[in-house]
Amino acid sequence: MNTFRIGGVHPHDNKQYSAHQPITECPLPEKAIIPLVQHIGAPSQPVVEKGQKVKVGELLAKAGGFVGANIHSPYSGTITKIDTTIDAWGMKMPAIFMDVEGDEWLPEIDRTPDVIRECRLEPKEIIDKVTAAGIVGLGGACFPTQVKLMPPPGKKAEVLIVNGVECEPYLTCDHQLMLEHGEELMIGIQILMRALGIEHAIIGIEKNKPDAIARMKELAQKSLGVEVKPLKLKYPQGGEKQLIDACIGRQVPSGALPIEVGAVVDNVATIYAVYEAVQKNKPLISRVMTVTGASVARPGNYSVRFGTPLTQVVDLAGGVPEDTGKIIGGGPMMGRAMNNIDMPTNKRVSGLLFLRESESRRVEPENCIRCAKCVTACPMGLEPYLLSKQAQMQMWDEMEQHDVMDCIDCGCCLFTCPSHRPLLDYIRMGKATVGGIIRARQAAQKK
Amino acid sequence: MKNLIVSPAPHAHSGDTVRKNMLLVILALLPAYVVSVVEFGWGALITAAISVAACMLFEWLITRFMLKEPVHLDDCSAILTGLLLAFNLPSNLPWWIVIIGALAAMTLGKMAFGGLGQNLFNPALVGRVFLLISFPVQMTTWPRPLGFAGSYVDAETGATPLYYLKHMVKTGDNSVLGELPDLTQSLLGAMGGSLGEVCALALIIGGLFLICTRVITWHIPVSILVTAALFAVCTGLCGALPEGMSTGQYVLYTLLTGGMMLGAFFMATDYVTSPMTAWGKICFGVGIGLIVMVIRTWGAYPEGMSFAILIMNACVPLLNRIRPRRFGEKKK
Repeated sequence: MNTFRIGGVHPHDNKQYSAHQPITECPLPEKAIIPLVQHIGAPSQPVVEKGQKVKVGELLAKAGGFVGANIHSPYSGTITKIDTTIDAWGMKMPAIFMDVEGDEWLPEIDRTPDVIRECRLEPKEIIDKVTAAGIVGLGGACFPTQVKLMPPPGKKAEVLIVNGVECEPYLTCDHQLMLEHGEELMIGIQILMRALGIEHAIIGIEKNKPDAIARMKELAQKSLGVEVKPLKLKYPQGGEKQLIDACIGRQVPSGALPIEVGAVVDNVATIYAVYEAVQKNKPLISRVMTVTGASVARPGNYSVRFGTPLTQVVDLAGGVPEDTGKIIGGGPMMGRAMNNIDMPTNKRVSGLLFLRESESRRVEPENCIRCAKCVTACPMGLEPYLLSKQAQMQMWDEMEQHDVMDCIDCGCCLFTCPSHRPLLDYIRMGKATVGGIIRARQAAQKK
Repeated sequence: MKNLIVSPAPHAHSGDTVRKNMLLVILALLPAYVVSVVEFGWGALITAAISVAACMLFEWLITRFMLKEPVHLDDCSAILTGLLLAFNLPSNLPWWIVIIGALAAMTLGKMAFGGLGQNLFNPALVGRVFLLISFPVQMTTWPRPLGFAGSYVDAETGATPLYYLKHMVKTGDNSVLGELPDLTQSLLGAMGGSLGEVCALALIIGGLFLICTRVITWHIPVSILVTAALFAVCTGLCGALPEGMSTGQYVLYTLLTGGMMLGAFFMATDYVTSPMTAWGKICFGVGIGLIVMVIRTWGAYPEGMSFAILIMNACVPLLNRIRPRRFGEKKK
């Protein structure tokens, strides 16, 4: 059984709380806040104005550049204002505010539950539809999907790698999606293969999801060129570079993108959104997210339209548990702790994790005992103990020479350190500073 | 809702602690210690107890009164140093010499550098070598393995197998072949030697336990043992062995007697004083293997493990410049 070759750790799965909970739709809110930045890239530019009435699926904001994404209305109603608000991490967030009235959809969107199998579009037409629908990577990074479908000149895609790994503990939304919408997912895979002009796709699924592996294998038998690869359980297998290494044994070089080794990687939720966009004309207006935690009353996988206040989804799951110490947007390894849940759902948040107070606190760090467990654990082959010390000593040049920019923020080093040292915190600080130095240097060279 | 904690990711931890690792090593040493008590009786009990207690006392005194920092005796590193120091001493060593050894180990070996994680040399070995140089007679007379039948104060002493091996290889005289323990005795420890180094089998079991629980990696022990074995094979092939001893026997004696197993699995693998990367560890192990065999074959002492490890400890900062293989790096 395959896995990536360097590093990795084995956190507790903790998927039992929300695993196999059927996808439940969240009711519509009364007021919605749709952020204008739900992707990597420039903020989207609003094309609606205050007082305008919109229908579900209507374009609200255009992409702000090549690396950007359209944003569509998940509701029908009236725009009340276009303003900035504060998100759950204290950052300013430009957004479109609207009052929800009814649930009127644009007529071209196919709302039937029928599975549409045929797709005879040309690759360019598929890419145009994906671009128009505002699809971004729903695995957490939110990279605009159409950019991946248009390799730069000189680079050729050879294989599509489907990320069904879901390596973060607690999260189960991708798993449930594979079980409930496997057929649509398979069609989405074939659509993407057509758009890229390739004949080979690999679906990577970790072995803690045997039913998903079985289901996708069953469907893959009827799909030419699609194979399912069961993978050994190891974090961070869902990381793009690690997944490519695990599936096709190629390692993306430092600073390069997956297309460098002929791979295009997409999350299963993203591919499902592609299916809906291309076959049903439905733009990206909703996603499945997991609400979970040991004390959550009704943990599960909830389908939410963007812009719904998170409090509403949490109520569906039984409300905030009494003993909550930390609320995390995402999973426990890379998710970010939130200071409130007034924020709306959006393309970025794949899950809400409620940790109990007893599970929330960091332990007092001790001296580094030079056990080298961080070096063994780092999936990028870096030396976290050294980078962390260099960041403390502000040795930025040395950090750059020791490849700090390769760090993928996975948290394996901090996870495994017996002295509980804040390795990744220092490394992140170092990365930010070194990144700034590199950008300044490149800007100066261009002049 | 009460105030939320907003610390940065990751929000999960493996649960590993410094203490867990120390306790696992202590656990791995227990089989060898049990054999040691059976072989050496009161000496084994008293020496280990004094060493551990003294190490803990000195760490506490220095941290509390000289460094004026919070004391972390509960991380069990002082206990482990005390135990490892005892393992490297003859079990009938006078109690006051043991205490001096513990003082040297804790001060020169550890606290002078700033405490846990900061030292360059293995503290237990610093203590042992300090005693070897200061009290050469007491440190080179080992009690016969007579168990509780022997006396702690008036132990009957004898030469160790390594003493005879060195004599045979140097002079070609095979008359002392009969003094060597047979291989079973070597494996099980029925021979003279330091407190914890005699029972190769118990040490191998402990070492494998540590590798399986991922406390240590295979790189250092395997590199040391393979290098030493290869050196022994070369010694045999050069015809330096006396009549009656085959190369195979010599290789086995090399590995099973003296401080080889204790050093390979427990002393050289000390976290603080060993390299951080895989290739660094392999170079470290090869260096130790070479130096220990050079000392054993041509040096003044019959045993060279402590010196070999300490010399390679000094090279560790240099070895740490060897980088691990980066993700995506092309093999040159």
